[in-house]
Amino acid sequence: MNPVEPADGDSRTVEQACSPLTRRTFLKGSAASAVGLAAMAAALRPLLALEKENLTLDALLQRHYRELTPDQLGRILDRLEGECERTYGVHPEIRDIRPRDGTEFAYALNLGRCIGCRKCAHACLRENNQSRDSDEDINMSYIRVLELEKGGIDLETSDHYYDPGTVPRPGKYYMPVQCQQCREAPCTKVCPVRATWKEPDGVVVVDYNWCIGCRYCMAACPYDARRFNYSKPKLAAKHINPDQGYLSNRIRPKGVVEKCTFCLHRTREGKYPACLEVCPTGARVFGNIRDPDSEINYILQNKRVYVLKEDVGTRPRFYYFFDK
Amino acid sequence: MRHYLTFLWRIARLSFQGGWRFYAWMTLLTAIALVGLNAYATQLVDGLSTTGMTNQVSWGAYIANFTFLVGVAAAAVMLVIPAYVYKKGFMHEVVIFGELMAIAVIIMCLLFVTVDLGHPERFHHMIPPFGMFNWPGSILSWDVIVLNGYLLLNMHICGYLLYKKYLGRPPTKAFYIPFVFIAIAWAISIHTVTAFLYVGLAGRSYWHNPIVAPRFLASAFAAGPALLILTFQVIRKFTRYWIGDEPIFMLRMIMTVAMLINVFLLGCEVFTEFYAPTAHSAAARYLYFGLHGHGGLMPWIWTAVALDFVGLGLLITPLSRRISWLNVACATCFLGIWIEKGMGLIIPGFVPSPLGQVVEYLPSPNESLVCLGIWAFGALLYSWMLHVAIPIMRGQLRANPGDTAPGPRAAI
Repeated sequence: MNPVEPADGDSRTVEQACSPLTRRTFLKGSAASAVGLAAMAAALRPLLALEKENLTLDALLQRHYRELTPDQLGRILDRLEGECERTYGVHPEIRDIRPRDGTEFAYALNLGRCIGCRKCAHACLRENNQSRDSDEDINMSYIRVLELEKGGIDLETSDHYYDPGTVPRPGKYYMPVQCQQCREAPCTKVCPVRATWKEPDGVVVVDYNWCIGCRYCMAACPYDARRFNYSKPKLAAKHINPDQGYLSNRIRPKGVVEKCTFCLHRTREGKYPACLEVCPTGARVFGNIRDPDSEINYILQNKRVYVLKEDVGTRPRFYYFFDK
Repeated sequence: MRHYLTFLWRIARLSFQGGWRFYAWMTLLTAIALVGLNAYATQLVDGLSTTGMTNQVSWGAYIANFTFLVGVAAAAVMLVIPAYVYKKGFMHEVVIFGELMAIAVIIMCLLFVTVDLGHPERFHHMIPPFGMFNWPGSILSWDVIVLNGYLLLNMHICGYLLYKKYLGRPPTKAFYIPFVFIAIAWAISIHTVTAFLYVGLAGRSYWHNPIVAPRFLASAFAAGPALLILTFQVIRKFTRYWIGDEPIFMLRMIMTVAMLINVFLLGCEVFTEFYAPTAHSAAARYLYFGLHGHGGLMPWIWTAVALDFVGLGLLITPLSRRISWLNVACATCFLGIWIEKGMGLIIPGFVPSPLGQVVEYLPSPNESLVCLGIWAFGALLYSWMLHVAIPIMRGQLRANPGDTAPGPRAAI
């Protein structure tokens, strides 16, 4: 408590009150500065181990994917191929594959057929070069397969860690979830730097060289469809798929977000996504909804399809249905 | 101009002069800040895998501290409004300390966001024309604007007033009064926009809730004044700057009202989540009672609830008219709100995950060191600012030593 105002103020100036600059204070100050600088250097010592590879001027000054001229992009692809070869010992072919006119992709999944074998989740890893510690590690796969109790779609009681060797189990059914390629995508809306956007064919992509790694898109996603590279991707040379797309399955740098791209490096060239090709029960249907004769169009028009979490207003391009 | 350079030079010199307590305190803070810097250097090399965050819980202690501190920074208005809107003369003795605190705390906020980035070296991607700023779409881009704007406003107001005080001339109203009033609205906006970061995410039902923004403001206007009151006690104890009891009891009243509103809004939330629980109340169940055998946040939130209620109990009773009890109330409210708004607000947004997974989160040791380092750095900044500002306010650092000093009772 000091309810009483002190009577006299100190009217001396700071310089009068404090000791003047003498030889002695100068020496003391210099010694303190030296200690401080040494401590600073010691604190920053771990930076010596920083990989300089990604800190080149070229990389720092790279423009956003959508602003690049074909020439600039070509040089970037060469640089990335070189980096991959030096880091992982495999020379990939990284291509820039653009969407085709008149194409709009959609995906449908027949939950009546899915048996929960998780082959799709593993095929996704093999195709898309995600980081993994072992063959069993599917943490970074773009597909999570949920084991659900029959009688409802209660995600909260779902099991993500069931043993795929024993499927299908009685009383259960299985629901794979991956990026729903939303028409009203919350992830692209929240990105502060437009590093993720929707392509004309409906695929939501990420420019891994533009993403700042704030992970706001992960918070925004209602489907847990995005993965973050908390460390530099771990990949054995024998596991690397050398057929790579700039916007899809090239090996990601540390510190960026990645996601399912409907395997655009395959599907934009008329192939099926890896998860569809591997599915042993034919539960997956993929195609161009602008093509009236496509199988996906048939499904959307003739089956009773629904979308996951319709209430959040995302309008997915990924549909579910139950059929024989 | 020459005066201004002399001013800066004298401030720089004063920054390194002080008693043994000053040296000990600043050395301690510097050492902790350097430990934090060291931890951050490790994180830069190894990636955010050095933190406790996962794909499921993708924001953690950094964003939690950030959110809390935005509120503390906004709370500077709780000194500004009584001083400038209600013209309480005694508040002018302390208002500058609130504005200086806002500066230090906003810098801490910016540091907390920066250490959370996977690629801080790409920061310029936010700055046009080098970058592609997603404005007005992304609320994060709004936050960048309002936080930096608030920082500049307060730097201008404090810098201008202190320099005028140094020169011994009255400040020109046109150069700061408009900014003071802009800053009042701006302070509300920084915390509202920060709340909208979360409220805008329809996929996270725990956050997608209009009560978040008002609760943010209410808890901020309790936590901020709590820290200010504690700061004033330190100033009273260790400097000869005179702070009367009026500003402290004004802040006590503000804190009491804010804390009551905060607890009331908490009650509204708890009622909604638990009286008619839906699938959307899973996060609240996890927070308070645990979910499927996982209860990692229960010790945190019950500690926060206990601290909040002890603080509120002290505030609404005459006990806190005694400064010692008031200090206890400030400390408990500050800590309680730090937990409730940090771990209690950010983490349950991610648990259970949108696909129903319960993955728990605890800050890793390295992550905690980075947080500690930023707190120490913030304290270092604020201590430095007070160390420089107080002699200016008291007239010990003035352009013309020949003038008579204004004495211990000084106001801006």
